[in-house]
Amino acid sequence: MSMKQKYASKNSQPRATGLRVILRWFYVACAVVVLLDFVIHRHITHPWESLLFFYCVFGFVACVLLVVVAKWMRKPLMRNEDYYDGN
Amino acid sequence: MGIEIPPFVVFFIGAAIALISRRALLSIVGVAVPIISAALLTLSNSPDAHLETSIVGLQLVLFSPDKLNLVFGYVFHIAALLGGIFAWRVKNPIHQAATLAYAGSALGAVFCGDLVTLFLFWELMAFTSAFLVWCGGTRNSVQAGSRYLIIQIVSGLLLLVGAVLHYESTGSLEFTHIGLTGAASTLIFIAFGIKCAFPLLHNWLTDAYPESTPAGTVFLSAFTTKVAVYALARGFAGTEALVYIGMIMTCFPIFYAVIENDLRRVLAYSMINQIGFMVCGIGIGTELAINGAVAHAFNDVIFKGLLMMSMGAVLYRTGKMNGSDLGGLYKSMPKTATLCIVGAASISAFPLFSGFVSKSMVMSAALYEGYPVVWIALLFASAGVFHHAGIKIPFFAFFAHDSGIRVKEAPTSMLIAMGIAAVLCVGIGSFPQYLYNLLPYETDYTPYDATHVLAQIQLLLFSALAFVWLKLSGIYPPELRSMNIDAEWVYRRGLPVIGRYSTSVVQTGIEKTYSVLIALVRRLFLAINHISGRESKLAEEWTVDLTVAVVIFLFAIFAFFLIAA
Repeated sequence: MSMKQKYASKNSQPRATGLRVILRWFYVACAVVVLLDFVIHRHITHPWESLLFFYCVFGFVACVLLVVVAKWMRKPLMRNEDYYDGN
Repeated sequence: MGIEIPPFVVFFIGAAIALISRRALLSIVGVAVPIISAALLTLSNSPDAHLETSIVGLQLVLFSPDKLNLVFGYVFHIAALLGGIFAWRVKNPIHQAATLAYAGSALGAVFCGDLVTLFLFWELMAFTSAFLVWCGGTRNSVQAGSRYLIIQIVSGLLLLVGAVLHYESTGSLEFTHIGLTGAASTLIFIAFGIKCAFPLLHNWLTDAYPESTPAGTVFLSAFTTKVAVYALARGFAGTEALVYIGMIMTCFPIFYAVIENDLRRVLAYSMINQIGFMVCGIGIGTELAINGAVAHAFNDVIFKGLLMMSMGAVLYRTGKMNGSDLGGLYKSMPKTATLCIVGAASISAFPLFSGFVSKSMVMSAALYEGYPVVWIALLFASAGVFHHAGIKIPFFAFFAHDSGIRVKEAPTSMLIAMGIAAVLCVGIGSFPQYLYNLLPYETDYTPYDATHVLAQIQLLLFSALAFVWLKLSGIYPPELRSMNIDAEWVYRRGLPVIGRYSTSVVQTGIEKTYSVLIALVRRLFLAINHISGRESKLAEEWTVDLTVAVVIFLFAIFAFFLIAA
């Protein structure tokens, strides 16, 4: 377990330069698609779509929500791997 | 007129040959059968192709191709071929025969024209595919395969009873639109629902699929659920309940997928999520929605197959499948990693990949037909699928922390199968009109307009941004050796415990009643003994005088009653 935590903490920081470069380009791409919202006029079907940055905000919030709720779900639901073998 | 040999015949002959084949012939049969059958299907694909037979007075339609089932027929051939190439190294005749018989049964089920034949292939599919789970060879796979078989057989029996009732009320066994109207249709609906992994009926899938062999799971992921999707599309298109069932199916499994450790089980949960999109489209029921559902089923067979193959290759090489044990494999298996990423991009519906051109049809249909809540839920699920399948699968297998595992790249046969699937994913995504031409309804849908493309890229990039942020800030839950309880708890834990408890309750109940009865009988005998036993007053010796007096007294009472009467 302690090994795993060590690994996790080690990898939570982007040390490798390759990863840093990839992340930098990734951030640039995110910025570009945000700016494209001003350039491209979208035809909308649902009123929410006309909100500025709707899809950006939705995608980010949805995923954070997903992970936070799923992490919380572990408390009541998580069991040992051999949980059903006890029968 | 073409040559009318239904595909299942070719596959069943292939399965029989596989049973007695060894070594190279075994591999060749697995690849040759889908090719031969596909060629025959193309030849016999005329509008009047039809094959009927009569058994005990029942008119059975064995082969009745039309626009709807041909799409499934084509993609099942592709899946069988990819699986056959992927399983080139499998030298187990039973495994190989099971895959061919299973694929043949699925083809039989989609091409048949009546409910009884559907039932027969439905059960054959259950039986043959259970062998693939059992071939996993572990204690878990034997048990999971048995649970899987029981649930599949129950689904078939419901279908049979439903079909009989349907015949009684309508006088027809033809498999056409049924609609959710009465008891018969409800039974058929539930039978389809079990195979389609409806919420709460879904755990056979997440239980059994990850326990099969590396190649077995590839086959399993292609056929059973897609046959159910086809059956719903034919029998229950436009049934509104399906819209909401589909919506739930897209949303709830992704939470489980995020915290699941076994990567093939993650894919099994993500499969329910993808089927949810199809079920939703079938429920909406417009031409655009049905087209979207069918197109998505077509694409899902290929991209889910690709993802399952990439995980199968990892399992084949490393013997491990848990996210907590893997990581850093891109150094050893760069080609597999790349192909896996193509599958991940496709399931996430990146523009130019196959998922994009089909999923957007269902989502557009939801908006056009006035289901804004469903649309929001589908949008949430779209972001979520990228998160758990698009990022999690490649990340934890090939990147994340270096597990130190060093293995060889996947075998050539596996790389070829994955390569073809990847080419199809990109090909369909880039030139969707070829897929659209196969769909049941004419369509002029154009997925590639600036609005759609920008919206989807924004959604996906910011989902990825969320992952990066959660990972860097340490909020993202680590992969842990664990399992999570789901609806299956009811029959794997709850019912057995209740069963044992109630057995013991009944047993003690019977014992208690028995002992009470015995005590009562004992008391009764004691009482009788007390009154009339040797020690009792009645048992004392009477004198002659007393006896005579008592007898005369009794006679007097008797005479009195006689006179009075």
